Amino acid sequence: MTKLGYYPGCSLEGTSSDYGMSVRRMAEGLGWELQEVDDWNCCGASAAHQTNHLLALSLPARVLALAEEQGITELLAPCALCSNRLLTTNKVFRDEPKTAKEINEIIEMNYKGTVKVLNIIQALQRHAAPEMEKRIRRKLTGLKVACYYGCVLVRQPDVVEFDDPEQPTSMEKIVTALGAEAVDWPLKTDCCGAGFSMSVTPAVVDLTHRILANAKSHGAQVVAVACPMCHSNLDMRQLDVNRRYGKQNLPIMFLTQLVGLALGMSEKEVGLKKHFVKATGVVK
Amino acid sequence: MSHATRSDASAGFKAEVERRGKLRLSDCYQCGKCSAGCPMADYMDLLPHQVVRLCQLEQDPARAKVLQSSTIWHCVSCETCSTRCPKDFDIAHLMDVLREMSIEARTVNPEAENILKFHKSFKNSIKKTGRLHEFGLAVGYKMRSMDLFADVMKFPKMLTARKLRFLPHKIKGVDKVKKIFEKCEARKRGNK
Repeated sequence: MTKLGYYPGCSLEGTSSDYGMSVRRMAEGLGWELQEVDDWNCCGASAAHQTNHLLALSLPARVLALAEEQGITELLAPCALCSNRLLTTNKVFRDEPKTAKEINEIIEMNYKGTVKVLNIIQALQRHAAPEMEKRIRRKLTGLKVACYYGCVLVRQPDVVEFDDPEQPTSMEKIVTALGAEAVDWPLKTDCCGAGFSMSVTPAVVDLTHRILANAKSHGAQVVAVACPMCHSNLDMRQLDVNRRYGKQNLPIMFLTQLVGLALGMSEKEVGLKKHFVKATGVVK
Repeated sequence: MSHATRSDASAGFKAEVERRGKLRLSDCYQCGKCSAGCPMADYMDLLPHQVVRLCQLEQDPARAKVLQSSTIWHCVSCETCSTRCPKDFDIAHLMDVLREMSIEARTVNPEAENILKFHKSFKNSIKKTGRLHEFGLAVGYKMRSMDLFADVMKFPKMLTARKLRFLPHKIKGVDKVKKIFEKCEARKRGNK
């Protein structure tokens, strides 16, 4: 039994509840026990780091300090931005003792920097990869998947210490292990417009259209993502892309949903019915 | 004399940016790679490398021009620029520093009003409950921006799919989170 600390973050309890559901179901299927950080708070996301540097470090620091107090050594943060903010804070605790001291004063806790943060792909690599093929009940044979990493999952390299920032391949390896075919496409680390979805919507519609069109022209039947913002921009905003550029019809699935389906779970169990772009009936 | 005064004033700006961001502006040799790969470049009045250049310049108007630009707000923090910079100059972080300075100087570009309103609604939600309440964020942002009808057609589906919660979840440590906000806001002002 693998025991992992768990920081769902705000989106997974709301607009990306499908991601939250599929993480939990997948964890059960893989025999992981998730210990949710008790009384966790929001990481502050872009709203904090774009306006107040100290706040952007202090909010994640409280989460990390709570996790440390609660005996968590490995903390799974499936949201790419949450994990990035936690990792940025960890880096400050590693490299900038003066700032770290100031943050501990602000949060009135004593975080020592011992919590190792994992994104969802790293958790799968570490705790599922060797056993994965044995657990597969439904091979995703013939399914053409464009793995989309977006921004902060792979950037910046010295913060995330994960994969390659320009040509990442870790998601492709997982998708291939499930029996699917990973398509080769160039825009897998291009930005979808992230948190500008409501405040600069036209830019997000443009950027997501480029990504969707590129994935399609390279043969993708599905785009796999590991970030709630990527998902809501590519899935929900696809309705606006359809209005401006014509119908795209490209289902967007969380990596955890694909793994869940391969483990034999139903479409409903992994939250596929919650999508705006029809994603049911894609995996036979 | 007047020349010396002028350069002191601009050196003040450059030095302030460097001190706040722990950055060395002279690292940038203006190759333009950041601007070439910027997904938001179409929406900016200055290109990212021009912002860096203005921060380097020994000229008075640089401060105002940079802090009033739309660029610092239309940067989406995707960090492509910082990742690709051949000199490891953290342009995305520079944008964060400039945004803070622009808020403090009250020179936020009018085009960025909605972005700032969004951030304000977002932070208010965390301050009140400890977590982001997305329904509250959407409503708060709509009231602030008066952009009342965008996306409302998506609400029914979001509600039936339980992607929006009407009521927020209040964490036990909400007072602690509030205190973190108060301290960070006070310290930032002290840094002015």
